[in-house]
Amino acid sequence: MSLPDATVEKPASERRLTIAKAMSEAIGQEMERDSTVLVMGEDIGKMGGVFGTTTGLFEKFGKDRVRDTPISETAFIGAAVGMAASGMRPVVELMFVDFFGVCMDAIYNLAAKQSYFSGGKVSCPMVLMTSVGGGYGDAGQHSQCLYATFGHLPGMKVVIPSNAHDAKGLMLSAIRDDNPVIFMFHKALQGMGWLGTVAGSINDTPEREYCVPIGKASVVREGSDITIVGLGATVHQALAAAKKLDDTGIDAEIVDLRTIAPLDRKTILASVAKTGRLLVVDDDYLSFGIGSEIIATVCEALPAPLKYPPQRMAHPDIPIPFTPVMEHFLLPDAGKIESRVIAMMGEKT
Amino acid sequence: MSSNHSKRLWMYAQMVKSRHFEDMIKPAYFEGKTPVFNMAKGPLPGEMHLSDGQEPCAVGVCAHLRADDTVTATHRPHHIAIAKGVDLNAMAAEIFGKKDGLAGGRGGHMHLFDPAVNFSCSGIIAQGMGPAVGAAMAAKMQGSDAVAVAFLGEGAANQGAFHESLNLASVWQAPVVFVIEDNSYGISVPKTACTAVASNVERAAGYAMPGHNVRNNDPDGVYEAAGIAIDRARSGSGPSLIEIETSRLEGHFMGDPEGYRPKDEVKRLQERDPIPAYRARLVTEGFDQMELDRAEREARELVDQAFSFARGNEYPEPKEAFDHVFA
Repeated sequence: MSLPDATVEKPASERRLTIAKAMSEAIGQEMERDSTVLVMGEDIGKMGGVFGTTTGLFEKFGKDRVRDTPISETAFIGAAVGMAASGMRPVVELMFVDFFGVCMDAIYNLAAKQSYFSGGKVSCPMVLMTSVGGGYGDAGQHSQCLYATFGHLPGMKVVIPSNAHDAKGLMLSAIRDDNPVIFMFHKALQGMGWLGTVAGSINDTPEREYCVPIGKASVVREGSDITIVGLGATVHQALAAAKKLDDTGIDAEIVDLRTIAPLDRKTILASVAKTGRLLVVDDDYLSFGIGSEIIATVCEALPAPLKYPPQRMAHPDIPIPFTPVMEHFLLPDAGKIESRVIAMMGEKT
Repeated sequence: MSSNHSKRLWMYAQMVKSRHFEDMIKPAYFEGKTPVFNMAKGPLPGEMHLSDGQEPCAVGVCAHLRADDTVTATHRPHHIAIAKGVDLNAMAAEIFGKKDGLAGGRGGHMHLFDPAVNFSCSGIIAQGMGPAVGAAMAAKMQGSDAVAVAFLGEGAANQGAFHESLNLASVWQAPVVFVIEDNSYGISVPKTACTAVASNVERAAGYAMPGHNVRNNDPDGVYEAAGIAIDRARSGSGPSLIEIETSRLEGHFMGDPEGYRPKDEVKRLQERDPIPAYRARLVTEGFDQMELDRAEREARELVDQAFSFARGNEYPEPKEAFDHVFA
């Protein structure tokens, strides 16, 4: 089924949702449309998910299609792989990306390789949704992003919306995709009352079904002086920085990746070819990361030297510390982006 | 048991100390989080898992332990840390993210390490169990009679790590004791909805080790079962499993609306709060009220001092975040 790409549409009327509500709405619509779609995970039943991703689904679809699981990730994510091979389309939640260690085999050796090992005869249409990100003092086992870890492993698609509109459209695409899709959602954007939410993540989200295509980045601000690539929370930090930079006469273009794998290299290259400067900002660990991959892409593809050496900003290669004075010192923010961009506007070619 | 006056007094005092510690956390946690609750704000950001109600599990087990015995605990670690003798000032300072905290503020409330008393904890379900088997084997191979205890929740008994660790401990005859604090909820999911057996103690048989079930959140019952299990481990006879039916008087974390709990459940549990119940029992059995009062007072004073220390302690230098990534 092909649906219009919502990014090329103008919304008819304002209907502002949080990412959490957009995700649960998308899952609910797919469950209505397709009886093979089911949801499972820890606390996703009556509680509606710790991060609100399944609110109302248990009441609507019942316990057979909205299954609370034991804390047995190896088993239930493995089971999702088996379901996906057998005609179902499971949407599975594992609360924090930090918890994937206990069940990684089912993900990167089973789900991600099912199609390949079967010569394309067996698919694995499952969605694995998980929260990422820190900045709220939850320390080193509940604050990681691990974008690059999942982006690195072949056979999985990886998405992360920066706003509710994209969250809904990406979720519909993810559920309809015949491959395993890791659906990351950032805690700073999720719209849970108890966590605080970046206002820009709550935006107009149509009630009707629509898909945001997987593998397509979005230029969320056009500019001519520098390209800032971000994803999830760092998109909003970049937007805030760009607003300030505008006052000083620097015109930044901002690319929201939306999908980590497959990476939309074309959109990034077109933007950097235009601006001649590149800063990649993410909140995962720095080395071997999103920024490294994007900068390598640019270096490999663009023949002429850039106006300034491409730069990365990310969390340094250390575990995420608990104490706020350290955590905020290490994580990217709008002020740090602004300073880095100003430094990059000087001559260095 | 009733003859063991000093142990019981110690257990009571540690329960009071632990509860007072949590009672001091509560208002501090809500500083900066009212009127709008935002987990990121205030002097204690992040998740906070309180141990109110589960104190009997910690004290009844740790009453048998020495400093050289190892304990691994969970995301809900305060009562166990306190009963194991973790430095109270440094523990409070760590929870406040301060310079003289156990890890200089790097770890936080779910990641407390105090090697002086061989205590550690981790925020990932059941993942303290393997390390406990390892600590037990290290003691055995080094010729020590030290033992290890892994605390876990009943939800953790459905993790692969639980089953693998029990099997490995049994195969290696490791001097380890696995202690399940069964508070009947894994966040929102009741044990009855996610566990194939009515009682996790049944699972001990599958790994050829003795299992003990302790009912009614009873400190003396825990003490008795733990005594048997720890003696068995210390004497080289192998591992045991203990399941304690306890209660979680607070939410999974602070701010949890607990919509999944039946109405009045918390109220009913509070009526059976193990601390006043234990005091009443001790008094009935002849303990001097003044002696209990003094023990309570001293316990509370230590906690108050620890919080004063933590509050007054400085924050670390942000750049110190880069220290200790490698040994």
